[in-house]
Amino acid sequence: MTDATTTTTGTDAAKLLRRHETMAVIRRTEKAAHDLFMSGLVKGTTHLAAGQEAVAVGARGALRDGDYAFATYRGHHHAIAWGATAEECLAELMSKATGSCKGKGGSMHLTKAASGMLGSYAIVGAHLPMAVGAAWSARLRATDQVAVAFFGDGATNIGAFHESLNLAAVWKLPVLFVCENNLYMEYTPIGTVTAAANPAADRAPSYGIPAELVDGNDVVAVEDAVARAAERARAGDGPTVLEARTYRHYGHSRTDPASYRPEGELERWLERDPLTVSANQLRALGTSDDDIRAAEESAAATVEAAVDAAKAAPGADLAEAFTDVWADGGAEWRT
Amino acid sequence: MTTYRESVAEGIAREMRRDDTVVCLGEDIGAAGGVFKTTVGLFDEFGPERVWDTPISEQAIVGAAMGAAMTGMRPVAEIMFSDFLACCWDYLANEIPKVRYMTGGQVTVPLVVRTANGGGLGFGAQHSQSVENWALTVPGLKIAAPSTPADVVGLMATAIRSDDPVVFFEHKGLFASKGAPAPDGHVVPFGQAALLREGTDVTIVGLASTVPLALTAADRLAEQGVQADVVDLRTLLPLDVSSVLRSVERTSRLVVVEENPYQGGWGATVVSVVAEEGFALLDAPMRRVAGANVPLPFADALEDQVIPTVDKVVDTVKALVDY
Repeated sequence: MTDATTTTTGTDAAKLLRRHETMAVIRRTEKAAHDLFMSGLVKGTTHLAAGQEAVAVGARGALRDGDYAFATYRGHHHAIAWGATAEECLAELMSKATGSCKGKGGSMHLTKAASGMLGSYAIVGAHLPMAVGAAWSARLRATDQVAVAFFGDGATNIGAFHESLNLAAVWKLPVLFVCENNLYMEYTPIGTVTAAANPAADRAPSYGIPAELVDGNDVVAVEDAVARAAERARAGDGPTVLEARTYRHYGHSRTDPASYRPEGELERWLERDPLTVSANQLRALGTSDDDIRAAEESAAATVEAAVDAAKAAPGADLAEAFTDVWADGGAEWRT
Repeated sequence: MTTYRESVAEGIAREMRRDDTVVCLGEDIGAAGGVFKTTVGLFDEFGPERVWDTPISEQAIVGAAMGAAMTGMRPVAEIMFSDFLACCWDYLANEIPKVRYMTGGQVTVPLVVRTANGGGLGFGAQHSQSVENWALTVPGLKIAAPSTPADVVGLMATAIRSDDPVVFFEHKGLFASKGAPAPDGHVVPFGQAALLREGTDVTIVGLASTVPLALTAADRLAEQGVQADVVDLRTLLPLDVSSVLRSVERTSRLVVVEENPYQGGWGATVVSVVAEEGFALLDAPMRRVAGANVPLPFADALEDQVIPTVDKVVDTVKALVDY
């Protein structure tokens, strides 16, 4: 295992500014989701990813068009990083016909299959074997694609995690296991329920899989690490485990005020907010404050327009309750 | 004549020959040919890039099949004993049947999960269950359960070509049974029950192992002057209740023979539809000959007590005819 070192050397400032703007779109979308929930326009629950943007955006930045992503119920950032618009995401949360899943998925199942983001799954760890299967498929079809599974620290204690690492290693598949370790398994500190200090990275060596710890709040560090892992995968050297240490700004879900956090913890992590980190990197690369502000304002305007459009959109089409069960579009079960 | 067992491998091989995206994965299915010898010959013909041995990792097997199915392949995953479906039930209950719907139709999952199902062989409580009713509780899965060698091939063709996920139940008690081989290009559509015997007094509906049982019972009943229609459902989903209703229209009596437990068994769905839509056709109460609501015991004599037998079907039909 190696510690990734952050390096902005050679980083293209324009590219990083695009990453920064995408992260800002995600941040604004999460804030909008929270506010819309509080005003009664989003029902059910939401698991917001504010604070974890750099993992999704950095990973997508390192990968190619057509590479597959599988996400969790905390997956708004992955969907947007893979090209879902704030509007189709927020419309989905608001049960609108224009939602990315036509109102049949909701916050926990945002999906952008057209660009390879093959779903957000709300059973912890269930999507890791799917990513293994997508990587297996890429190998069988000789496409050079890789698959990435994003998951939380809590998923490392479920059987599917271990079955996936073993099979991916045995079959040497082009799959990346990216753990977003945000320190909490729902309401419980991960360290109190896990025998390994680094729940994903420490387990990887027992499967013969290389692992890296990466600063999950540093989009450049994530991008570099994912690029290394993807290169290994495409070269036929098999899977990699990346454990990105990060932090969620909100509680686990809508109903969680996160009162279990020690005093000062959130504040310390806010100092390392991914958007602050990338802004500082941009300045170091010579990007002006005006350009950074313009990117953030553009993101804010995008999300503001998305909220307005989602609010104005018609509600879910009632006929959709009975479509999409089968590949023929229907739901027939008998003669 | 060929066996049901050989027909499993034959059905898969025919599809692998016509479609390069069909791949198999499962425990011991490669060079070993499967613990039930239902994949014999596949590894030799198609090699390790099409026939993959896996670890004992049911979640990884079915989950990987799902991921591959979403990305252009047509995987055929084997779960050795259907009891083990419980080890990967998340995939059958929460993932595979729901992903198309919950993504608004963005993905399809053309996969087959094959599994050896059913009792009668003395394997005890954890290797003998008939669990086709488990799958029937979940909207989004298609379910096939053939009773003859030719149907194994024909339904396998439909299952593998299906763009929807299919759970394919191969009955352990039928593996050694023989029947006419499937003709070339044999395809049996889903949702079309087979009327295997025509009678006027009672309709007996069966699936997989209970079909030969129903046919034997019908022979014995005929000796006693009772003529039975025997309907093989062949698939539970789609469920061909129209064929059942058409038969009941002629016979006015219905007996359903199912190996899964009475509690929650598929026969309950069949009789509920007939009760709702065909009540006026009936001259007697409907009856279900089903597995008892107990775990499967080991000893032969005990197992016979709790799964359907020819005697139980004959007795049930006679009581019904006398009603």
